[in-house]
Amino acid sequence: MSRIERQRNIIDFTLSSLLRRKRKTIALILVYVLIVFTLGSVLLFTQAMKKEASLILAGAPEMVVQRMTAGRQSLFPVGYIDKIRAIKGVGAARGRLWGYYFDPRTRSNFTFLVPKVFEAKPSEIVVGRGIARSLDTSEDDLLYFRAFDGTRTALRIRGVFDHRSELVASDLILIGERDFRRLFGVPEGYSTDAVLEVKNSKELGIIAFKITQVLPDTRPIRRDLILGTYEAVFNWRGGMALVVLSGAVLAFVILAWDKATGLSAEERREIGILKAIGWDTSDVLLMKFWESAAISITSFFAGILLAYAHVFLASAPLFAAVLKGWSVLYPKFRPAPFIDFYDVAVLFFITVVPYAAATLVPSWRAATLDPDEVMR
Amino acid sequence: MIALNQLSKVFSAGRPNEFVALEGVTLSIPALALTVLKGPSGSGKTTLLSILGCMARPTSGRIMIGDREITSLPEKFLTAIRRKTFGFIFQQHNLIGGITALENIMLPAYPDGEKFSALKARAYGLLDLFNMTSKAKFNVGWLSGGEVQRVAIARALINDPEILIADEPTAHLDSALSYEFMEIMKGLKEKGKTIIMASHDPIVYESGIVDFVVAMRDGKVIR
Repeated sequence: MSRIERQRNIIDFTLSSLLRRKRKTIALILVYVLIVFTLGSVLLFTQAMKKEASLILAGAPEMVVQRMTAGRQSLFPVGYIDKIRAIKGVGAARGRLWGYYFDPRTRSNFTFLVPKVFEAKPSEIVVGRGIARSLDTSEDDLLYFRAFDGTRTALRIRGVFDHRSELVASDLILIGERDFRRLFGVPEGYSTDAVLEVKNSKELGIIAFKITQVLPDTRPIRRDLILGTYEAVFNWRGGMALVVLSGAVLAFVILAWDKATGLSAEERREIGILKAIGWDTSDVLLMKFWESAAISITSFFAGILLAYAHVFLASAPLFAAVLKGWSVLYPKFRPAPFIDFYDVAVLFFITVVPYAAATLVPSWRAATLDPDEVMR
Repeated sequence: MIALNQLSKVFSAGRPNEFVALEGVTLSIPALALTVLKGPSGSGKTTLLSILGCMARPTSGRIMIGDREITSLPEKFLTAIRRKTFGFIFQQHNLIGGITALENIMLPAYPDGEKFSALKARAYGLLDLFNMTSKAKFNVGWLSGGEVQRVAIARALINDPEILIADEPTAHLDSALSYEFMEIMKGLKEKGKTIIMASHDPIVYESGIVDFVVAMRDGKVIR
């Protein structure tokens, strides 16, 4: 006589019980899988977006300094950069050129940026996939832009970004410095803003403070704060999606409550028979435990696997519209597989545990009744 | 031997619907014999069987099984006694629907943790005893009344109990099947089982294999 055999025998009966109530079991599993799939998709997608953004922004400068005039961003004098470099703790600083361009054809904003190193020839650009897609263009095509003074400027596409960077580079155009100044009317001696590295990242806050002391008309923006903003944005979107999906959650709660408030007459009778033929209350509860475990764990993993496939293999077609929307040009990308096990564990505990409790409580109530009820 | 001393059972005590099911029952049921509790509906036969089989507790009085008093044992011990000592054949058979005859027979032994293959072999042995081997994998819903009865008897025997308790076992059987049932009981008695039955069927209490008949009325033993 062994405990393992006892478990095995009771599991065997539990599984055959579930098969006996095939329709009910399948319906229950379907609803359960749907709930886990829905919540899991939102969770996995939100996590993947945050991860993607943090990976891409990992290469971004530690700090950006903008010049502010009457509360608005204005051109950044190159002379300011020398003053920033002179601050103790600043490693490197350089001016950066970038700007938004409204494209009337697509009714969207493109982001022009002059990279630190740009190996293209004059009048050549590298564009994001969103731009290539929306303008239906590819390498070697010419794109026409209206410069600050109204003149028409033709730029040749030298390349299109890799799909991996599409989340933040969908609407990005890399351009040479001369072309940029010509297009945006930025005179020599000015940049859009400045980027800088610090020797000790723990001193970011102090250096930002010193910059505002030396150059009171500037605004330092730290990378860690930008990342925090992105996190907040994705958390907000995920939260909004969950609020929208709360109807589904409510349906699940009702289902669980229905299970909690009682057993069918048939189930009560069966528990009575089992007790009458020698099953202990703990045996009945063990059977119900395995029953709820079989349903909830099967459904949970099926739901999570489906959510994983939906998000990471199919790019989340069901929720992308709610959760993405980073660029004005809609990014089309496949998130890199990433799972935060803490969040999955939370999902496990908010679905499996209440269901198990909902199943066990009425069974416990029925199992504590005198077995002689079945004699009558 | 089972000894009952001044046993009483009151349902809904102290309420307007209070009902005295048993009153001052003092009785000795000998081992290795077939005893029949006889009486009309409502005479307390089923209640007495429930208490004897550790399925319900008496309101007052004492019960001894052999030299062990079981009246105030905790539920866990009563369950163990119920499983090891008694086998039950219910009036409605109370088989679990939707599973096979074989599974139904093995059910009472599952919590004991016996090796599944050994348990299965024992269940097949019982099916063989009742010429039911060919129906082992049949869903119990597909079996005839007599076959269901035999599965119920096999289930009652799976833990090799000392005492068999049967409540109105022939109530849903025709005469031929009732005689067949009594023949099975005869065989079991010869194998050393103590059998206690409740019945108001003359085929049962007038049978030659019955050793003792206890007449009951209104919750009391009248002879």
